[in-house]
Amino acid sequence: MPNTKTVVPFSAAPGQLEKLDAVIAGYKGKPGATMPVLQEAQEIFGYLPEEVQIKIAEGLGLSLSEVYGVVSFYTQFSVNPKGRKQVSVCMGTACYVKGAGEILERVEKKIGCKAGSVTEDGQFSIDATRCIGACGLAPVMIVDGDVYGRLSPDQVDGILEKYMKG
Amino acid sequence: MEPVKPHTHDETVTSLNNTDFYKHQLRVALRNCGVINPESIDEYIAFDGYSALARALTEQTPAEIVEIVLKSGLRGRGGAGFPTGRKWQFAADAQNDVKYVACNADEGDPGAFMDRSVLEGDPHSVIEAMVIAGYAVGAHQGYIYVRAEYPIAVERLNIAIRQAKEYGFLGDNIFGTGFAFDLEIRLGAGAFVCGEETALITSIEGNRGEPRPRPPFPAVKGLFGKPTLLNNVETYANIPWILQNGWEKFAAIGTEKSKGTKIFALGGKIRNTGLVEVPIGTTLRTVVEEVGGGCPGGKKFKAAQTGGPSGGCIPAAHIDIPIDYESLSSIGSMMGSGGLIIMDEDNCMVDIARYFLDFTVDESCGKCTPCRIGTKRLCQLLDKITGGSGTMEDVELLEELCAHISNNSLCALGQTAPNPVLSTLRYFRDEYEAHVIDKKCPAGVCKGLLQYGINDKCTGCTACVRVCPTGAISGKVKEKHVIDPAKCIKCNACMEKCRFNAIVKG
Repeated sequence: MPNTKTVVPFSAAPGQLEKLDAVIAGYKGKPGATMPVLQEAQEIFGYLPEEVQIKIAEGLGLSLSEVYGVVSFYTQFSVNPKGRKQVSVCMGTACYVKGAGEILERVEKKIGCKAGSVTEDGQFSIDATRCIGACGLAPVMIVDGDVYGRLSPDQVDGILEKYMKG
Repeated sequence: MEPVKPHTHDETVTSLNNTDFYKHQLRVALRNCGVINPESIDEYIAFDGYSALARALTEQTPAEIVEIVLKSGLRGRGGAGFPTGRKWQFAADAQNDVKYVACNADEGDPGAFMDRSVLEGDPHSVIEAMVIAGYAVGAHQGYIYVRAEYPIAVERLNIAIRQAKEYGFLGDNIFGTGFAFDLEIRLGAGAFVCGEETALITSIEGNRGEPRPRPPFPAVKGLFGKPTLLNNVETYANIPWILQNGWEKFAAIGTEKSKGTKIFALGGKIRNTGLVEVPIGTTLRTVVEEVGGGCPGGKKFKAAQTGGPSGGCIPAAHIDIPIDYESLSSIGSMMGSGGLIIMDEDNCMVDIARYFLDFTVDESCGKCTPCRIGTKRLCQLLDKITGGSGTMEDVELLEELCAHISNNSLCALGQTAPNPVLSTLRYFRDEYEAHVIDKKCPAGVCKGLLQYGINDKCTGCTACVRVCPTGAISGKVKEKHVIDPAKCIKCNACMEKCRFNAIVKG
C-alpha cells in the first residue's frame, strides 16, 4: 500500500486541534496509548498529516519516529487525505477467486484513479482492502458505507453512477 | 390468479434442521447466533447465559475450572490447535500479582469470518468466558483485540460490556463474591501479523505489531511483561457451553485427538456459502458436497483452500479426508482459523499461490530477513512464472527458498508463508509445468499467458479494429479478421466490443 507523503498542504478546520488536545490529554500516561490516540486523531482529521503526528508525539512524550513507526506499520493509518466518498473493493480470498480483480479494474476505469489513491477533485478514493469478512457475499465492494455483494463486473458502472451524481 | 390451497397432511414442509445445509451441523460455538438478539443481555441470560460464570464463582475453585477445560480436550481455534486447558494451566501456575486475560479477535485470515459472527451474534458468550478465564488464572483485567475492519462487532461488544457492567457481571464484586474483573476493547489497525500472539501483545502495548521470540511464552511473560492468557474468539465461545453441559459431553464430539466442533467459513465456488459448524472429523466431501451443495454451474471441484495464507490447497483426490488438525497437517495444509475456500476448474493454482504470496509480502512485518526478503523473492518468481517467462530452474528455486523461509523465520507468519506454494507444487505440479514449458495457463487466468484469437463467427464488422488501442487487429470488411499476437496487449477491449462471440482467449 503506497503511504507516501501527500502534496496537499495541511490546514486544520476550526475546533479540530482542540479536539486532538482533549484526546491526547485523556490518554496521557496510560499504557499503550499511541494506537487509540492515532485512531481518534484519524477520526478527527480523516488522515494523519505530519503536523498531527508531531503534535501527538509531543503530547505523549514520544519521538516523532516512534509515532511515525506505528503510523507506517498499520495499513489503516493514512498519511494522505481520503476522498469524500470511499470505494473499497474486498481482496479477500473468497472475493479473489470469484473475480474481485476484474471488479477492481472496472472501478478504477470508471472513477479514473488507481487503488490507493484519490481523484484530483477529492471526490473519490479507491482502496483494495483486506478481507472484510463478508465472504458469503463474494465478491464485495463498499461504496460510501454501502455494501454491495454478489457483484458481476457489469454492475459496477451502474452502482458508481448513483454516487457520482449525488 | 389461483386461490391459495389449504395445506393437507400429505404436504410436508422440511424442518430447517433436516435440510442438507443444516443436518450435518452441530452448533456449539454458534449456539446463540441468529437465535438471540445480541444487543439484549436478557435474551442471553434466558438461554442460560452467565449461569456458567455464576456457578464457577460460587461453587467451583479456579483449579477445578482449569481441570474441566483440560479434560474437555478443547484446542485453540485460532489455527495452531494448542490444548486450551494447558494454556490455562500455564497462566494459572505463573506467579505474579498482576496477570491479564486477552482475546484474539484480529481475524485477519482472508476468507474466514466466524469470529466476526460470534462477536456480532453472541458477544456475551465471549465476555462470560473471559471472566471465567480471569477467575481460573487469577487475572482482573481483560483485553479484546478486535480488527478495525469489523465496526459492527466493536459496536455490539461495547453494548455488551456496558450491559454486563450494569448487571454486575463485570466490575468489582461479581455475583457478590468479591471477585473483580474488567474488560477493555483495543482496536487493531490493519496488520495481519497482529493475529500472531506476541505481535498482538506488542500492538496492545501501543507499538508496531512485531512478533518477538518465544519462549518466554505469553503465559509466562506477556502483556506489559505480565503473565497473559490469550485465546481466540471461537475458543472462548466454547467455554460457557463446556461448563454448562460438562466436559464429558464436549469430549464426546469429534475425533480422538480433536474434540468438539469447528466453524468453517465456506466460500468461493460453492453453491451454499456461509458459516458451517460441524463436529471435527467430518469429511471434506460432506462439507463440500452435502452442506455446500457442490460447485455451481456444474463445474468440477478442483481444490479446497484451508488455513488462508498459512495453509494449503487440498486437491479433489483427498476429498474424503476427515477435517481435523492432524489429518490436514499430514497432507500439507492446516486447519487454520477455519477459512474454507472452494475452487473449481476455472481457478489457476499457480495464480492462487501468487495471490497468497502477494498477501504475505505486504503483511510481513519486516523484522526478520527470511520472511521480509524471502517472501518477496518467492513472489517475484511466481510473477515470472504466471507472466510467462518462468523456467524449470525457477520452480526448483521456489522449493529451495520455501524450505529456507519456513526453517528460519521468527514467527508463524513467515514459517507458514511458503505453504500455499508448497502445497500447490505438491498437488498441481502439472499446472506449474504448463505455465513454464507449454507457456499456457490451463485455467485461462494468467493474463501474461493468454492468447487472443478470432473464430469463424467473425462477420468482419470491424468494430474490434476500431476499439483496439494498439492496431493489432486487421482484416477486410465482411471477412474474418486476425489478431497479431506480437502487438496484442491483452486488454480485452475487443472481447467486450464483439457482438458475435467471435473473440476467443485461451
